[in-house]
Amino acid sequence: MTVQQPKPSRIDWITLMLYYILVIAGLFCIYASVYKDIHPNIWDTSENYGKQLIWIGISSFVGLMILLIDEKFFYAFAYPIYGITIVMLLAVLVVGTTVNGSSSWIEIGGMRIQPAEFAKFGTALALAKFLSGYNVNYEKDRKVQIISAAILILPMLIILLQNETGSTLVFTAFILVLFREGLPGWILLVGFMLGVLAILALLIKPLYIIIGLSVLAVLFLLLVRRTTQLIWLTIGTVMVAGLMVSSIDYVFANVMQAHQRTRINVLLGKEVDIKGAGYNVQQSKIAIGSGGLWGKGFLQGTQNKFRFVPEQSTDFIFCTIGEEYGFAGSVLFVILYIYLLFRLLVMAERQRQKFNRIYGYSVVCILFFHFVINVGMTLGLMPVIGIPLPFISYGGSALLSFTILLFIFIRLDANRVNELRGAYD
Amino acid sequence: MNNFEKQRTLLIIFISVALIYIARLFYLQVVDESYVFYAQNNVLQEQTIYPARGLIYDRNGELLVYNDAIYDLSCIPDQIKNLDTLEFCRVLNMNKEEFISTFARLKRQKGYSPWKPIVFQRQITIPTYAAFQEKLFDFQGFFVEVRTDRKYKHKNAAHVMGYIGEVTDRDIEKSNGYYRMGDFIGISGVERIYEKELGGIKGTRYVLVDSKNRSQGRYKNGEFDTAAIAGKNIHLSIDQKLQALGEELMQNKMGSIVAIEPKTGEVLALVSTPTYDPNLLVGRERGNKYMELLKDKDKPLFNRPISAPYPPGSIFKIIMSLMGQQEKVLTPATSYGCHHGYLFVGCHAHGSPLALRGAIAVSCNAYFCQVYRSIINNPRYKHVEDAYNEFYKHAYSFGMGHALGIDLYGEGPGVLKKATYFDKIYGRHRWQALTTISMGIGQGELGITPLQMANATAAVANRGYYITPHIVKKINNHANPNPAFNTKHWTTIDTSYFPVVIDGMQDVIEHGTAYVARIPGIEICGKTGTAQNPHGKDHSIFFAFAPKTNPKIAIAVVVENSGFGATWAAPIASLMMEQYLTGKHDTRKALLERMLKGNLTHRNDSTATKTK
Ligand SMILES: [Zn+2]
Repeated sequence: MTVQQPKPSRIDWITLMLYYILVIAGLFCIYASVYKDIHPNIWDTSENYGKQLIWIGISSFVGLMILLIDEKFFYAFAYPIYGITIVMLLAVLVVGTTVNGSSSWIEIGGMRIQPAEFAKFGTALALAKFLSGYNVNYEKDRKVQIISAAILILPMLIILLQNETGSTLVFTAFILVLFREGLPGWILLVGFMLGVLAILALLIKPLYIIIGLSVLAVLFLLLVRRTTQLIWLTIGTVMVAGLMVSSIDYVFANVMQAHQRTRINVLLGKEVDIKGAGYNVQQSKIAIGSGGLWGKGFLQGTQNKFRFVPEQSTDFIFCTIGEEYGFAGSVLFVILYIYLLFRLLVMAERQRQKFNRIYGYSVVCILFFHFVINVGMTLGLMPVIGIPLPFISYGGSALLSFTILLFIFIRLDANRVNELRGAYD
Repeated sequence: MNNFEKQRTLLIIFISVALIYIARLFYLQVVDESYVFYAQNNVLQEQTIYPARGLIYDRNGELLVYNDAIYDLSCIPDQIKNLDTLEFCRVLNMNKEEFISTFARLKRQKGYSPWKPIVFQRQITIPTYAAFQEKLFDFQGFFVEVRTDRKYKHKNAAHVMGYIGEVTDRDIEKSNGYYRMGDFIGISGVERIYEKELGGIKGTRYVLVDSKNRSQGRYKNGEFDTAAIAGKNIHLSIDQKLQALGEELMQNKMGSIVAIEPKTGEVLALVSTPTYDPNLLVGRERGNKYMELLKDKDKPLFNRPISAPYPPGSIFKIIMSLMGQQEKVLTPATSYGCHHGYLFVGCHAHGSPLALRGAIAVSCNAYFCQVYRSIINNPRYKHVEDAYNEFYKHAYSFGMGHALGIDLYGEGPGVLKKATYFDKIYGRHRWQALTTISMGIGQGELGITPLQMANATAAVANRGYYITPHIVKKINNHANPNPAFNTKHWTTIDTSYFPVVIDGMQDVIEHGTAYVARIPGIEICGKTGTAQNPHGKDHSIFFAFAPKTNPKIAIAVVVENSGFGATWAAPIASLMMEQYLTGKHDTRKALLERMLKGNLTHRNDSTATKTK
């Protein structure tokens, strides 16, 4: 067997171009967000933008390497890579360094990396390999469903122990992947409804919810053709929902501590906590809102110059876009990002090998989740969960891991024609 | 759902999110103009509004503690721009090195962040404040925060009030970030125990300032501002006049006075000498003055009345009289002879034999050694430990051997040993009354704090119960809500056993050992005591309550190294009771004079040097 180099023509150049547009845009934003008259040199490696530039170089190199590796490598080594990321996650618990209250960092030769970032593509590979196995049927086989869940939950638990709620939540993005692979739509819907119900339980008195549900149930039964079974099913559903709502309310009022309650109330908008997380959101909204239609222009943002928006080059990088490039720039950015996601979705669906497809969907869903939470947070639409905006946010560890995540898929995709031929060999 | 539909579902989700976000961006950036204004060269500044700390009054509504404004110079490091350092240092009266080192220190502080306000210099003087205010526009990034510090109207009751000081890192951690570096918190006394009530809740104001440090008004019309909630005012149960007299009488003496209103458990006076002026622990010099007080060999910071245990001496005979009756080994008619003492415990000359009431009046040591023996060697109990446990239970029920739970910081439990303690020394069942006979006259393995003495007196005055002594009578003009301060703690002694003992205590004043404490027209019941002090001259002790029926005051006085109870403690207690009950204390001029002039501060030194 010869190593099959991808032909340049088969690399998806559109994706590659979108990647570089975003990374370069990110670099400019980081430069703007830490810009001071004193250090105007973009090559200054003591500042964030200089460091980011180095990381872009490293990421490009690693990306190129990935494109040159035989694509079977990723299939063959999916489990070992997953194993290594799990071991790294566990290592963090023992020798981790604490940065800003989260103990999720590990130091290797003066470089700080966050294994939780790398666990994302490790998990994606493992899940893709498992589900693409011979005779594996996700839709029908209960055992397969349980093992898939275990592959996802293991890294989540370890990351949760590191106090990294944000990174843990990212793994819920895989639910969309499983949906593509046969997780019934109604589970997604029921899960969504349960979430809504849980949030309602915290907002409204449980009694009102139960009354509301009962009214809906009666209306439902009046409208459909009633069978005894259906009546009992409806009553049962209302009772279970009522029980759930009451117990959530009880736990909230009696088990949780005051500061936990406050945090949840802030998330739900029942209380305004301008001091803590709420302060960041206010500042972020001011920065974005002040951008107006056309923005203030590159390096003209006043809010970021005062370093008013905390964590501006990492979690709140979107503020810089909003302030300096205005509504026009922000919309362009959102469209660009969604176009990348759309492109990846199309690529994922055109794969002939199940492994490639599942991996592709994982990439799309992970990026989508980051985008939704991160941008939503700066707009005050999502809770403040500290996760980066892929390719844009400052942070070498994150950039490198997202690059690897994406480039593996570009590499897999570049071979889709060979696969076809391989299948007939 | 087929695969194509699934792909399309995901795509619809993506596009809906994009549309929602674009709509939101449109609202923030194009529709809502307010954000443009907020950002127009403006900076959002978070200012803390410090609430006024609650005031403290005495039981009659006299103001004791109030607040005084102080000014802190704060800054937001990242907003400091174009600072004329020389001018700045001149106004603040500091040199350049200090300026640089102050900044270096701030940066090392826990939780430092360049965009959060931080105190640059604490408690600047009013002239500096005025000079600074004029120049404020030149000093971008700096502003002055107004806070309050305490002022004390009188120099009394330092140990009751306690003091406030800056929070420690631990306080900040425990408060979940409520307290900020440099905030004040109650450190001892009422200030500490009632920190929650007195402290109030800090408020926050969000203001916009332009690049010239000029206020541009509220952020969002103050929508996010929270008002400061002032601390609650507190009424102490202390009677300021009584407290002041007590401290005057105790000047140049070491010791304690505790006076309690028996019906309510309210502490009327709590004197600890040597004391200090509470105004010392205020302002910029607080730290230095505190260190001076801490190093003082007389230990003025030591809160004697609630933490120093003394052997009760003869006043314990009152408790024994009650226990003996309860244990049915003593009746009012029980008589014992006395020939200058019992075994190795001596006694003074008095008539013999005596019944209970007479024995209390003359404080016969022999009589109470017999009582102790009959309690401990009580044939009703199989083992000595069982009999002793009854003794322990009774003493405990009067509040001995455990902290009573007064609302002050640092209360001590006193000393009251369990039977196991003697088992360890002598072996199980291998000891009896004679082994521990000195406890029969209130010496040996016994120690009670002046607070416990006064509390036991209150229990006798109430004929069988006490209410946990407390200092704070009202919070915000409502009775102290602590349920312990409203509950009767019954002693293990039946009410019917009290009258004969109380008659004996009255005899002590009328024609017994404490004749000196007699006040014409007031029926006082009391008992003198002398606590043996192995380190020097004995401590003079006296406890009493008055009037006999419907008592209004129960008091305990300890004067260290002053000899017999009748010499110093009883007259001081008498003057205090007179003041509280009649409002006057100068009817017995000679006695008052003698007490005020008495200087006992060097006695212990001389004894101490002799012993050496
Ligand atoms: Zn005698």
